[in-house]
Formats: sequence, C-alpha cells, structure tokens
Amino acid sequence: MSKLLILIVVLVGALAVAQVARVYELTSRLRGKREEDISPADNRMNARLMWAFLVAYFAFFIWLIVAYKDKMLPVAASTQGVETDWLMNFNWAILAVMFVVTNVLLFFFAGKYVYSKDRRAFWFPHNNKLELLWTIVPAAVLAVIIIYGLNSWNNITSPASPDAVVVELYAKQFDWTARYPGQDGRMGATDYRLINGDNPLGIVTAKSIATRLAEIDTEIAEEEARLQGVLPDDKVAEIEDHIGYLGRMASRIVNLRVVMEQDIKENGEASTYLHGADDVVTKDFVLPVHKEVDILIRARDVIHSAYMPHLRIQMNAVPGMTTHMKVTPTITTDSMRTHVMHDEAFDFILLCNKICGASHFNMQMPLTVVTASEFTAWVAEANKKPFEPAGTQPGGNGYFAGQYR
Amino acid sequence: MGAHAHAAHADHGADHQHHHEESFISKFVFTQDHKMIGKQFLVTAILMAWVAVIMSVIFRLQLAWPGEGFAFTNFFLGDKWAPGGVIDPNMYLALVTIHGTIMVFFVLTAGLSGTFANMLIPLQLGARDMASGFINMLSYWFFFTSSVIMLASLFVEGGPASAGWTIYPPLSALPKAIPGSGAGMTLWLVSMALFIASSLMGGLNYVVTILNLRTKGMKMTRMPLTIWAIFFTAVIGILSFPVLLSAALLLLLDRSMHTSFYLSDIHIAGEALENTGGSPILFQHLFWFLGHPEVYIVLLPALGITSEIISTNARKPIFGYRAMIGSIMAIAFLSFLVWGHHMFITGMNPFLGSVFVFTTLLIAIPSAVKVFNYLTTLWRGNIIFTPAMLFSIGLVATFIAGGLTGIILADSALDIMVHDTYFVIAHFHIVMGMSAIFGMFAGIYHWFPKMYGRMMNTKLGYLHFWITFICAFGVFFPMHFIGLAGAPRRYYSYTEFTMFNGVVDLNVLVTIFAITGALAQLIFTGNFFYSVFRGPKSVQNPWKSNTLEWTTPVEHMHGNWPGPLPVVHRWPYDYSKPGKAEDWVSQITPMEPGETEDN
Repeated sequence: MSKLLILIVVLVGALAVAQVARVYELTSRLRGKREEDISPADNRMNARLMWAFLVAYFAFFIWLIVAYKDKMLPVAASTQGVETDWLMNFNWAILAVMFVVTNVLLFFFAGKYVYSKDRRAFWFPHNNKLELLWTIVPAAVLAVIIIYGLNSWNNITSPASPDAVVVELYAKQFDWTARYPGQDGRMGATDYRLINGDNPLGIVTAKSIATRLAEIDTEIAEEEARLQGVLPDDKVAEIEDHIGYLGRMASRIVNLRVVMEQDIKENGEASTYLHGADDVVTKDFVLPVHKEVDILIRARDVIHSAYMPHLRIQMNAVPGMTTHMKVTPTITTDSMRTHVMHDEAFDFILLCNKICGASHFNMQMPLTVVTASEFTAWVAEANKKPFEPAGTQPGGNGYFAGQYR
Repeated sequence: MGAHAHAAHADHGADHQHHHEESFISKFVFTQDHKMIGKQFLVTAILMAWVAVIMSVIFRLQLAWPGEGFAFTNFFLGDKWAPGGVIDPNMYLALVTIHGTIMVFFVLTAGLSGTFANMLIPLQLGARDMASGFINMLSYWFFFTSSVIMLASLFVEGGPASAGWTIYPPLSALPKAIPGSGAGMTLWLVSMALFIASSLMGGLNYVVTILNLRTKGMKMTRMPLTIWAIFFTAVIGILSFPVLLSAALLLLLDRSMHTSFYLSDIHIAGEALENTGGSPILFQHLFWFLGHPEVYIVLLPALGITSEIISTNARKPIFGYRAMIGSIMAIAFLSFLVWGHHMFITGMNPFLGSVFVFTTLLIAIPSAVKVFNYLTTLWRGNIIFTPAMLFSIGLVATFIAGGLTGIILADSALDIMVHDTYFVIAHFHIVMGMSAIFGMFAGIYHWFPKMYGRMMNTKLGYLHFWITFICAFGVFFPMHFIGLAGAPRRYYSYTEFTMFNGVVDLNVLVTIFAITGALAQLIFTGNFFYSVFRGPKSVQNPWKSNTLEWTTPVEHMHGNWPGPLPVVHRWPYDYSKPGKAEDWVSQITPMEPGETEDN
C-alpha cells in the first residue's frame, strides 16, 4: 500500500513538472521566443551565478578547513609520518596556488565575457609562446614534486636495518594477530596447512606437524566410518572427495616434514624450522618507541591492508606472500594521551583498509607504543604466557560489536 | 582511389534512402542506423544510471545515520537485505560494488562513448553511416544483454558481486569469504565479458569509420575535437579491454575449474585450500592495465565534447587546437604506463613504484595544457550560457579540483597515507565521475536537437545544472576531509572507531547534498523524456555551430544527407573570424580568395 502511494506521489510529481514546463513553453512561444535563443537576462543571471559560485566555493573550502582542521589526524607519531606530513604540506602549498589561480580565472572569465550582440569574441586560435609557457611551468613544478616525493618514498620504503625489531602482523577475516620472536630472537617458518585452533598462524614445528597429521588421520577415519552407513550416491561422492582432499593435504604435510628435516640437517641451528616453537603469538600489538621496527605482514584468506593512520603507514596483507613495512614510532601511547590528545582513552589504531567482507568495517586492533625498557619487559612477560585464541577484542563504540564477527 | 570510394559510398547512400518503408522492429529495435543506435545507448544508460543513483542514496543514508531504519531502503531491498530498513553489511558492500560497476562501465563508458561516438562520428565527418552497421547493432545488443545480466545479478540468492568494482581476488573468488562471490559474481563476470565484446565491436567500428569514411576535405586536422577524443578513446579501449577480459576469464577458471592463477596458501572457513603458486597481485596488474586507461576512456570523450561546446558557445575558436590533439594523444599514450599507481602499497617493488610515480605525474602536464587552453578559450569570448555550456564550464571546474588531488595520490609517499581512504573516493568521483557525467550532460543538452529534432527546456536545464553543480561539490569536497582524517572507504559504518567521531557530521552533510543532487536528476529525466515527445521543434542549426552535423535535415534519414555528401573546406572552429559577417562559418563554406586556414 505504502509502495503504491510512493509511486503515485512520484508520478504526480513528474506530471507536475511536465505541466509547468508545458505552460512555460506555451507562454514563451506566444512571446515568439525560441528555445535556443538565450535571452540577455538569462545570460546575465548565469554570469553572475558564476561569480557567486566562485565566492561560495572558496568560502565552503575555507569553512571546511577552519571547522575541521582540528579533527584531522593528530601529529604524526613516527619518523616516516613526520616526513609524509611535511611532504603533504609542501604539496598542498603548491596545489593551493594552482587551485586558486585556475578557479579564479575560470569563473571570472565565465562571468565577465558574457554574450553581447554588439561585441565579437577575440580571434585567438593559438599562440605558441603561451602554450610553451604552460607546458614548461607545470613540467618544472611537477619535477620538483617528483623529486621531493621520490626522495621520501625511498626513505620510507627502503629495507629496514638488520637490527630492527621484527614483528609479524597476521590478518584474517575479521581480526589481526601479532607475532614476536621468542627467546631466540628469531621467528620460525609457517605453513597455512598447519593452521588449527591452537596454531592460528600455522607455525611449523615437529609438534605442530605431528598434531595436524593426527587430526587429519582422525578426520579420515571419521569420514570412512560415515561411508559404512547407507547414504545417497551424491553424499557418498562428496565424502569420497573429502577423503581424497584430506589424503592430499596429509601427503603435502609429510612433504613439508621432509623439507624441514632436510633443512635442519643442512643448516643446523640456523634453520628457520627450529625457531617457531617459542614464538609469541598475541592479540596485543606493542611497539617500542624510537626503535626501527620491521613489520612483516601476512594474510590467511583474502587481501587485507594494515593501516595505521596515526603513524601514516599502510601496507597490504596478501595471501601467499609476505609484505614488509618499516616504521619508527616517535611518541608513546602514554604521551599521546597526556600531551597530545588530552584523552585517557586514546589508542593508536591498526585498521583494515582493503575490502575483506561483511565485518571489514570493524577489523581493528589497538596498537600500544611503549618505551624501550617497557617493551623489553613486555616481551619477556609475553614469552611466559601461552596464546589465548579468544583474546581480548577491541571494542570501539561497541555499536555493532560481535554482531557480524 | 579514395575519392572514388567516397563517390561510390555517396551514391549508395543517396539511392538507399528512397527505398522500403521500415518496420518498427528494423527502425527502433534491431536498427543499423547509427543515430538510432546512439539513442538506444543513451536511453539504456539513463535507466542504468538511475539504478546506480538509487543505490548511492541507499548507502549514503546508512553512512549518515548508521543503523537507523529507512522505509526507502526497505522499499528497494526488501526484508531480506534490509530488515527494518537497516541495510545488511553484505548488501552494503554489494551496493557499492554494483554502483561503481554500473557508473564506470554502463553509464560512463557505454553511455558516453556509445551515445556520442555513434551519433557524432558519421555526422561530424560526413559519412552515411558507420563502417559496419551490423557490428554496430551487435555492439548495442551485447551491451543491452550485459546490462540485463548485471541487473539480474541483483536478485540472486547470495546477492550481487560484493568485492568492490575492482573485484580483487581472493575475495571475489571465494563464496566462503563473502556471499556475493557466489552466483552474483559469476553473473558479474559473464555480464562484463559481454560488455567487453560490445565495447570492442563499438571501438573497432569507430576507429575504422574515422580513418576511412571522412568526407572530401575532412583532413584529420580538420576533425572536430570530439572526434579526436573519441578516436583515442576507441584506441585505448581496443588495446586495454581485452586484458580485462583475460583477467576475468582467469578469475572464472579459478572460481570454477580449481586453477590457481590468483590463489595461493589460503585457509578459509576452517579449511586449507589446495591452491598454491598463484598471486592475487597478478590480477591487480591485469585489472589496472585496463582500469587506469578506463579512466581516460571515460574522461576523454567528455573533454572532447566540452572542447566543442565551449568553442561554439564562447563564439571563439578553441585555443590551441593542435595542442589539444597533442595532449589527448599524450594522455592516451601515458594512460598505458601508469596502472601501477593503484598498487603502491601491494608490496610491489618500491623502485617499480617510483617509475609509476614519474609516469603518472607526467600526465598532469597534458592535463594542465588542456585546462589552460579552456581558460584561454573563455578569455575575451562572447559567452552564451546554454545548459550545455554551463555543464562544460562545470567540467573544467571539476577537472581542476579532481586533477589537483590526483597529484597527491600519484605521489607514492603520500599515497601510503591516503590510499583507499575517502580522499580517493573524493578524488575520482570529482575528476572522473563528475567531469565525465558533466560532459555527458553537456553533450545531451547540446546534441538533443540533433537526436530528436526537438529542444530541451532551457530553464529546467539551468535548474538542473546549478543544483547538480552545487551538490557535486557539496558531496565530494567534504570527503577529502573525511579521508584526511583517516577514514577508509567501503566501511559499512564508522561508529566502531572513536577516532572518526569528529567527522561523522560531515557524512550527514554529504548525504543531504547527495539526496538533493539525486532529486535534481529527476528534473533532467523529466525534461529529457518530455522533450523527446513534446519539446518545441528544433531548427536545423540552433546553436549556430560550424560542424557538419548541423548541415543535415532535422528529420532523421538513412544516409544523413539527402543529396551528395558535404565537402569540407575549413577547420571546425572559425568562430568570430575577422572579416566575416557572421560570428560563425560552417565547415562547408568555401574559403574566400586570400583567406588563410588558421588552425
């Protein structure tokens, strides 16, 4: 009923517009005016509106800047971010000039040279000097932008130094997990086939391989038991497919074990397969201040993006490959709270910035930046704690918390 | 040989027109007449645009007032996807996906190129029709079928494709990751495959027609800039769309045939997939190899239309005709070398990123040349504000605003911070969305008399322009600020983060402008369809324009010109030429003794 009503309202509205247009057309035809003849009054009105628009446009722009200046991101909290912010302001300064000049010329000309029967447009089909001028000037300005831009880009994306703190961020629908090296200072190898509830990152150890193989064996046994019952043909085929899949998985994991054993035999202590057992897997993301950190980023299911707006850094998390991002935090969470934001609840945030599914909008993790000594203490403490898969989840405003997780 | 071919073609056209009355089907449905095909593209695009506009209103409502129920939302989505009028998060992602797909491909590619290339190429070049009327007809019907399939995908069980219009795998490959990646995604890929076929058939036809069927005297350097723009658009499309087709086919294989082009080491829904060795980044390279040229496929025709309309209505030759052609050519060439700027933070080698920074920023040079040439064309002109002229000036304004923020995004070091935030949304909606749609509106208002032999209402055109223009900035300008506050795109709501509390009221402002802007399109649609049937009859050359299309009779006819084809004697921009009585000189007017061609 209400849908019908809405339809009627729309139709009546359209009819009304059509009728108004019709009346207008009839009257103007009576006055002998043709639709393509733009009257001097209409021309003048539009010309003035052009000027009015220019003023309103700039006023709107300035209002936005004044009203929202303080609601933009706070001061950059990393050396990379400080560089980005400087470059951003540098670019804005250049662009603002271009923006004002071109817009003023556009709307000023549009409003000024309004049609008059008594005047003719100036015949000016081309001018090589002018065209050369506005090829060379933008080229020169862009050269400056490119040089400064690439300089910063190289600084920000160059490989982290070998003694940087190493942290891994692991993304899946719809949360983040962090991993730190254990007592040995190195992180172990991973394989996605080993992922289970106790091993969410698929860290490779002799134990995790054995556990996973045992799990698969149990599963195969269960499926074979199901086959003993009376089942429709398609169900039988499905179960047989699944058993085949589990068998192939198991043989790949056995292969992995062979590779691991070979690697350990060749490299001894240096083998990455020997360093996973003591890795710290945690839902707490903690970074030391004033230390360069090499963040390794991986994903389990789809592409995610690790975005830390306060630190001005971002890097995609891509299934099947490891990406890197370097950052040197410069402000601790505590000083942000007391000195910058004046808000005891403030947290640096890591959020997902690549569409990844229904709860993409709530895939976040707080980041805590602490002093170097606090960081050492935290790592030592974390080493003692076993991983809790159901670790604390960030709450935000709690608006939709948990609903779509 | 050339002259002979022209003559033969002319004769054929001249006697063809006297033959057989056409049936309704051959005249309006399976027509091979380029003018009717152009109109078919236009009307289909207008309908598709409305679907996409309604989607945008629905998700704007959710963004302004997250979690609140709206009868409007429920009316369109029903209880399944909007219980109580609150949109489901999966449907939200589906709507942004389909909104983008329809706008970019169905409206601004097929709608813009399909309409104006078909209308204008034969008319402005003095040809009887396109090189192949049959392929032209097929091009439309492939497009139509593709539109129907895309709309049908809205009604499947898991919802339409929801992985964003860029359909990055693995999200788009795994129904377990998002329900829209089931049947909805399959239909999306099938629809796009047909769309690509349509656009290739169209593009080949445009290129062949422009190169071969120009009338006597229509040298390449006497072609209107619309044709130059359409020419390069078609070339870009022919070279880049096949790459998207291959990307889509590989994705189809990954989805249905257990191949691993894009998939590797994936563990989803508690199970490890067997795919190894593929790379999701490969898809992005293939996608953006089309995706970035696509921006210019959308933009160049709009710039061509604007060049034509600004010159006509400023009663002044376009400034720097050859520089305009050169800049179109430079943009077309560079458009193939910049796709990586969409992928700065995918883990791509930073050095490769540097190369893309360089090539991307180079595009700013021909773009700047174009802007300054427009400004100089307006300078000391004699400007008539037709609705078409207003939209053309609007295009220059959006091109400036969006072009400048493009410099920020092309600067990879800055892109790290604003990538995938609302800043990007603001940028491409202004520079690509608004500019192209303004170009399309300008073209519709300008060539409406040519298409339908009637005039659109000017006053309603003014109303339409000013509301749309103000709303365009009202909607997209604040988004820069939302983005600079760090707000990511494709978020169902921003309520989960206290850090965005400062800018949430901007979302309300944006939505109000968006709804107003959407309503203003009712004025346009009403004006358009009313004028098609009841608008005042047009004269032959209402805008006193120089180009050939205005030398054809108002009533459409097969073959376009009743007698022999017109012969061209000059470039199309002899407006207000010194020594002439009128402020325009048609291209068919012979040169006077001693007159020089000043292009």
